[in-house]
Amino acid sequence: MSDILEMTAVQLGGKIKSREVGAVEAAKAVLGQIRAAEPVVHAYVTVDEAGALRRAEEVQKRIDTGELTGPLAGVPVAIKDNMCTEGMLTTCSSKILYNFVPTYTAEAVRNLEKAGAVILGKTNMDEFAMGSTTETSAFGVTRNPWNPEHVPGGSSGGSCAAVAANECFYALGSDTGGSIRQPSSFCGVTGIKPTYGTVSRYGLIAYGSSLDQIGPIAKDVTDCAAVLATIASYDRKDSTSFPRDDCDFTSALKDDVKGMRIGIPRDYLGEGLDDEVKAAILAAAKVLEEKGAVVEEFDLSLVEYAIPAYYVIASAEASSNLSRFDGVKYGLRAKEYEGLHNMYKRSRSEGFGPEVKRRIMLGSFVLSSGYYDAYYLKALRTKALIKKAFDRAFEKYDVILGPAAPTTAPKMGESLSDPLKMYLGDIYTISVNLAGLPGMTVPCGKDSKGLPIGLQLIGDCFKEKNIIRAGYAFEQSRTYESPKIARSAQADGMSGDIADCASDTAVKSRAGSTADIVTEGRTGSAADMMSEGNAGSTAESTGKEAR
Amino acid sequence: MANVISDETIEYVGILAKLELTDAEKEEAKKDMGRMLDYIDMLNELDTSGVEPMSHIFAMNNVFREDVVTNGDEREKILKNAPEQKDGSFKVPKTVE
Amino acid sequence: MTKQYETVIGLEVHVELATKTKIFCGCSTAFGGAPNTHTCPVCTGMPGSLPVLNKQVVEYALAVGLATNCGINQYCKFDRKNYFYPDNPQNYQISQLYLPICHDGWVEIETAAGTKKIGIHEIHMEEDAGKLIHDEWEDCSLVDYNRSGVPLIEIVSEPDMRSADEVIAYLEKLRLIIQYLGASDCKLQEGSMRADVNLSVREVGAAQFGTRTEMKNLNSFKAIARAIEGERKRQIELLEDGKKVIQETRRWDDNKESSHAMRSKEDAQDYRYFPDPDLTPVAISDEWLQAVRDRQPELRTEKLARYQTEFQLPRYDAEILTGSKHLADIFEATVAICGKPKEVSNWLMVEAMRLLKEKEQDPEDLSFSPENLAKLIGLVEKNTINRTVAKTVFEEIFANDVDPEKYVAEKGLAMVSDEGALRQAVGEVIAANPQSVADYKNGKQKAMGFLVGQTMRAMKGKADPAKVNQIVRELLEE
Repeated sequence: MSDILEMTAVQLGGKIKSREVGAVEAAKAVLGQIRAAEPVVHAYVTVDEAGALRRAEEVQKRIDTGELTGPLAGVPVAIKDNMCTEGMLTTCSSKILYNFVPTYTAEAVRNLEKAGAVILGKTNMDEFAMGSTTETSAFGVTRNPWNPEHVPGGSSGGSCAAVAANECFYALGSDTGGSIRQPSSFCGVTGIKPTYGTVSRYGLIAYGSSLDQIGPIAKDVTDCAAVLATIASYDRKDSTSFPRDDCDFTSALKDDVKGMRIGIPRDYLGEGLDDEVKAAILAAAKVLEEKGAVVEEFDLSLVEYAIPAYYVIASAEASSNLSRFDGVKYGLRAKEYEGLHNMYKRSRSEGFGPEVKRRIMLGSFVLSSGYYDAYYLKALRTKALIKKAFDRAFEKYDVILGPAAPTTAPKMGESLSDPLKMYLGDIYTISVNLAGLPGMTVPCGKDSKGLPIGLQLIGDCFKEKNIIRAGYAFEQSRTYESPKIARSAQADGMSGDIADCASDTAVKSRAGSTADIVTEGRTGSAADMMSEGNAGSTAESTGKEAR
Repeated sequence: MANVISDETIEYVGILAKLELTDAEKEEAKKDMGRMLDYIDMLNELDTSGVEPMSHIFAMNNVFREDVVTNGDEREKILKNAPEQKDGSFKVPKTVE
Repeated sequence: MTKQYETVIGLEVHVELATKTKIFCGCSTAFGGAPNTHTCPVCTGMPGSLPVLNKQVVEYALAVGLATNCGINQYCKFDRKNYFYPDNPQNYQISQLYLPICHDGWVEIETAAGTKKIGIHEIHMEEDAGKLIHDEWEDCSLVDYNRSGVPLIEIVSEPDMRSADEVIAYLEKLRLIIQYLGASDCKLQEGSMRADVNLSVREVGAAQFGTRTEMKNLNSFKAIARAIEGERKRQIELLEDGKKVIQETRRWDDNKESSHAMRSKEDAQDYRYFPDPDLTPVAISDEWLQAVRDRQPELRTEKLARYQTEFQLPRYDAEILTGSKHLADIFEATVAICGKPKEVSNWLMVEAMRLLKEKEQDPEDLSFSPENLAKLIGLVEKNTINRTVAKTVFEEIFANDVDPEKYVAEKGLAMVSDEGALRQAVGEVIAANPQSVADYKNGKQKAMGFLVGQTMRAMKGKADPAKVNQIVRELLEE
């Protein structure tokens, strides 16, 4: 069935439920597409073909017995590699966790498993979710499926690229400062960062604990609403989990925004915003206005202060969260060292990449004796002011509308040379995390280079339904577009041989052995990497790519 | 650059963070941190007097568990990823002189 | 003239709380498991794991705070204390710095100069670290996380103590309060109570405190006393030599009776505390606080007074009995069964304490049931056994918690008061000792005692001594 890959997750779930498509058939189709597209896209760190097929068979049985009836039963999913999956490599795209196999599964992933999801593997990301391009991964870069010379965004770049390239039907990402919404924008897919506390963080390897949230990435708003309804849960294992009784997010899928009050922050349209992006955002606002929403511009204020506040808070928390990676209990231990403290230093210095080190150093500094008040407390006070600014805005508006990023996806290698400039790219997404708000990216067009543009919709805390309704209504005005590479499997007719080799192919991972790990030279030109990548397969180690 | 990071500071932060930087990395780190701190100093433009530092977004308090044993012996799992182990324990370089 | 110095001491006392589970996970706190068998992802710092606070820890901390006259921070938070060490799996310890649960309390101690108040700066909740075992054979260390995450409270005193005696009186006071609350068993040797000593010296009359050091690894009252004396001398010698005391942490070696600095250039002592984003604040309502107050058990001071009035015990008895919560519990339970408080007190104070001393045990180690002590007292009361036999039976109760009624029956220890049997036995003794009879008749009263003793011996101690006395007198007067 050649059009399986074109389906959304909910469409496929419907076909599986009505027995028009089998869960194994769907898994094979998507695994074939992974084989075809991975050499170029490299969205995954680990692809578990055999496990995916085994799970698909099991799920099919439970569907047949009537045990599984949900909308996502049998639908293949990809998981960002910072969520623990029992028995499956979980690396955070870091050399320091190159061999870490968790002994338990993250609560959000468990919720998916209970709903009959078929897990395909783990997606690439910026190392420990620190970055905006997925170039800081220790296991090679992920390329934008729309144009492999460009980045997919980050840090959930692997998840977003996998969705865009039809290498999964939906994916989980995590968002600390925009890590779902910005790569969704760059890859032309839809992603939601829920209200803080909606999805359990248990099993999500922490970056900035007070900001991290897991969320869905998919082809449309309907899928995102269905996935979010599945992964949201009150979890007693996560003290910051919030008990909610309004998680029936699909009830908000209505093409009706009459009377909805939508505000566009003038601060989001000023200097630094690409003209084409601006035009697309304003055109999207116009669509909603024409559907009956009341749209106006307003001054949000404090927008520029969100970035420094964020980098203080996130780096401080990260410096502490990442101190457990020390070569004692799991992960990389340096081969040569003299004594305990040298073992710590060697293991961590070998195991972490430059961006992670940069943030650990900054975080350690701002918390150190004499600086705590000036930096950390100042940032927390700024956070309180930003939260207040949003509270005021949501007295007047149901939804705040703006861009997800100032530009479309930059070229490979352009961002890492200037970290501060890269950080500035997070200006529209970061304040949402500081204020704990829900935010969503919906594709709203392409620029002249053919790269996707994303519309960001922000809601008040616990008001996901408002942004889902606005996003759904907007989405009705356009059709989903996928990049060419998303259709490569059908063209190559590759899905046929999956079953034969799946049984003797256990897990293909780019991580797994220190020898294969690349820590330098990741930013080589895309063309070079593509020529290598084309010949490779998912099983290939990044060591080869590094040459 | 308003914030000049000294060699001593980088050395000190390296001890705190347990990171060993090469000389080139140290120079890079001094520059990066100085630039970031200059940027962060922008926060000083804001008057935050009288504003309570906000660590949690929601005023959620008293999330507790009851004092009931729920975990059994998971030693095998806990040690599964250990780089080195001995006698059911994690093995590390000796901690006393 | 040599200068006079004053020692200034403050204590940081860590107490392991008597919860069933750890502070942030559902692992058991039981002692004695094989390494790492009481662990889970949370208390071994596995990536992605998260802490959830054990409510009982807050209850115990509040109880101790109220009993030590502390103010309660009704809004308190947990902070992370960041430092690298392998016994600390996350490389940060969850503790309380900015808003500890209790503050500004005091307890009273008895000193030679009378009652003295020792201030308590604060009490905070935190997690214990794992255990490091040093493997000499392979020259490495082994980490066991069974103790990692066991709940602690740290009680930080003001620098109000001036001598080792005061320090020990303060520790005894804390131990009794906490044991009475049931919040911990407070055993120094087993590490469920640990004290770090902050000590400085200054010239008598000086207004400023001197530079202090912190002494760790003190496992007994004796070690504490020796460490205080040793550190006092060391600091005075430094000052006399015109040198300075360096503020540092020192480790006491009780075998060598000396200490050494624990400094290293890799320990920056900069803990970068910040509020733990994984835990929510604890808000203690007035109602909650009142409920804890209402549940507070009778503490030592009140019990001491009550024993003297309600049971008419001398102060000395009451002090010994209430000197251990466990001993007092046994006393009250026994009295509840058989009455006779003075009798119960005597058994505990004399026989029980004697046996504990012989066996080098503490009152906490008493393991017999009050029922059996009450039965023993009943047997003596009813003249079923005499006091000599009763003491040997008590030894059995003490050691094996035997049922004295069964034991006396099985071993045939009941007193013989059968008139005929006793008369026969006395008759035989008199017949066998004509010299003593003659002595008695010549006015030597003492000879009667000898004949009574001989009869008791012939009856293997089981005869009723009063009756034997009476019969001997009768037969001699004949």
